[in-house]
Amino acid sequence: MAADTTTNTPAPLVMEARGLVKRYGQVVALDGADFELRAGEILAVIGDNGAGKSSLIKALSGATIPDEGEIKLDGRIIHFKSPIDARRAGIETVYQDLAVAPAMSIAENLFLGRELRRPGFLGSVLRMLDKKKMLEESVTRMNELKVGIRSMTQAVETLSGGQRQCVAVGRAAAFARHVVIMDEPTAALGVKEGNMVLELIRRVRDKGLPVILISHNMPHVFEIADRIHIARLGKRAAVVNPKKISMSDTVAVMTGAKRVDELPADCLA
Amino acid sequence: MKGRLPPLATLGPFIALLLACGFFATQNERFLTGGNLSLVLQQVMVVGVIAIGQTLIILTAGIDLSCGMVMALGGIVMTKFATELGVPPLLAVLCGIGVTTLFGLVNGLLVTRIKLPPFIVTLGTLNIAFAITQLYSNSQTVTDVPDAMTALGNTFALGGTTNVAYGVVLMLALYGLAWFALRETASGRHVYAVGNSPEATRLTGIPTQRVLLSVYVLAGVFYGIASLLSVARTGVGDPNAGQTENLDAITAVVLGGTSLFGGRGVILGSLVGALIVGVFRNGLTLMGVSSIYQVLVTGVLVILAVATDQLSRKGAR
Repeated sequence: MAADTTTNTPAPLVMEARGLVKRYGQVVALDGADFELRAGEILAVIGDNGAGKSSLIKALSGATIPDEGEIKLDGRIIHFKSPIDARRAGIETVYQDLAVAPAMSIAENLFLGRELRRPGFLGSVLRMLDKKKMLEESVTRMNELKVGIRSMTQAVETLSGGQRQCVAVGRAAAFARHVVIMDEPTAALGVKEGNMVLELIRRVRDKGLPVILISHNMPHVFEIADRIHIARLGKRAAVVNPKKISMSDTVAVMTGAKRVDELPADCLA
Repeated sequence: MKGRLPPLATLGPFIALLLACGFFATQNERFLTGGNLSLVLQQVMVVGVIAIGQTLIILTAGIDLSCGMVMALGGIVMTKFATELGVPPLLAVLCGIGVTTLFGLVNGLLVTRIKLPPFIVTLGTLNIAFAITQLYSNSQTVTDVPDAMTALGNTFALGGTTNVAYGVVLMLALYGLAWFALRETASGRHVYAVGNSPEATRLTGIPTQRVLLSVYVLAGVFYGIASLLSVARTGVGDPNAGQTENLDAITAVVLGGTSLFGGRGVILGSLVGALIVGVFRNGLTLMGVSSIYQVLVTGVLVILAVATDQLSRKGAR
């Protein structure tokens, strides 16, 4: 856990954005927003509706192109034109509901769009898939994350909501090389299933992948985030340390009921 | 691969086919003879090949109402090119397939670029293809078709009275090819993925619009091959071909267990579905039942199949 608060030197920045601006006609969704993600941390991004939270995430995941500002990945400036560009750069995104193809097997879902082909003639000329290898790798990768699903050949639609979300998170974690972005991964889940997904998100972080977690669920955010990025009015209002700040102060900053300089200095991160 | 599909969904059509065969065998002793069964296969080959293209489209949650009419136009183009313009048979056939492929391309472009619902697009092209067919042929049957173009209708003996048409062999080969591509290649799996959840598929980086477009174009190619089989079977270019095939092909796909909601189904099911339709038509004819009742039965069959699909999907939720 690189974001350990006992060390004085903060972990290096993995992803960084400066002065992002995004306008939709008259509406300014991002108004010079900054962003910093450190190695090995779970960074929660919270904000009221219209605070620029989803525009920020879209810019980071390549879903929209910001009008101004720059985004750096590992210190290098990047220009994503599509989510596929972001994926090629090693950033995987888990979308809320639409992450999986229900009638297809878990293994097929994990490798959808990045299928492995058989070696030699069968793969290069007949373009045959290497189903056995994809199945084996699915088992290994899901075992690594301790996702307790018995058979990788079962259709995703036979799984519970939480298990499906685990497949989506597992897929992102298995293939991401730099960053995993999760958009409301626990939104539609019950308590037990939500905890299952939270546990998985922790394991993703412990594997060394930094996680950006967008969530409305304050208890979940306080339970697993190492730092909390509060978006407000298209800007970054503050980054706070959930171990030092109360949930009500966080919400107060988020809604504008409290100014950042009214907070005790040690709760900023 | 066990447990991937509910066994009833894959075995159901096959069981239905066996039941139908059993029923007609008790009604008429000629039904189960090699000669009659090979006739059923020949009667099925046109619908069977159209159904391959139709299956691809239905797997993406689309539908093609124009399939039979486009097939008829292809047949008219290839026979008229060969007989009136003196185009060499092979080239004429390729021109016919080119026209059906072009229709597939138009359907595909309207669906992917202008985002029109496939039902409406193909309802339009259904009428356009029918009108062009009638105008171009003057509603006249094209005769004196060169032998080379009807060669696929020729048969070879398979012992006794059982004669198999070369076109049937071609149909089976095309099914084998489609089965392999859909099951064993990434492009095939992407067809299922698009039908399953277009948004999830797009987000994994698969160019879903390109997958859709290629499916419509490929379907056009299959309709063109079906045109050739139709010409080979009847020996003429028939402007009124494709009228029964149009709905029979959709019926075959649905009877074969492919879901109209997309993303689920097995291509070989469509072959079984086409055989079910063929067996009913042939069996009822042998029983001396009027062809209007055959239409009636096909209508009942398709509603039964769609209802089964709907109910089994509800059960899966």
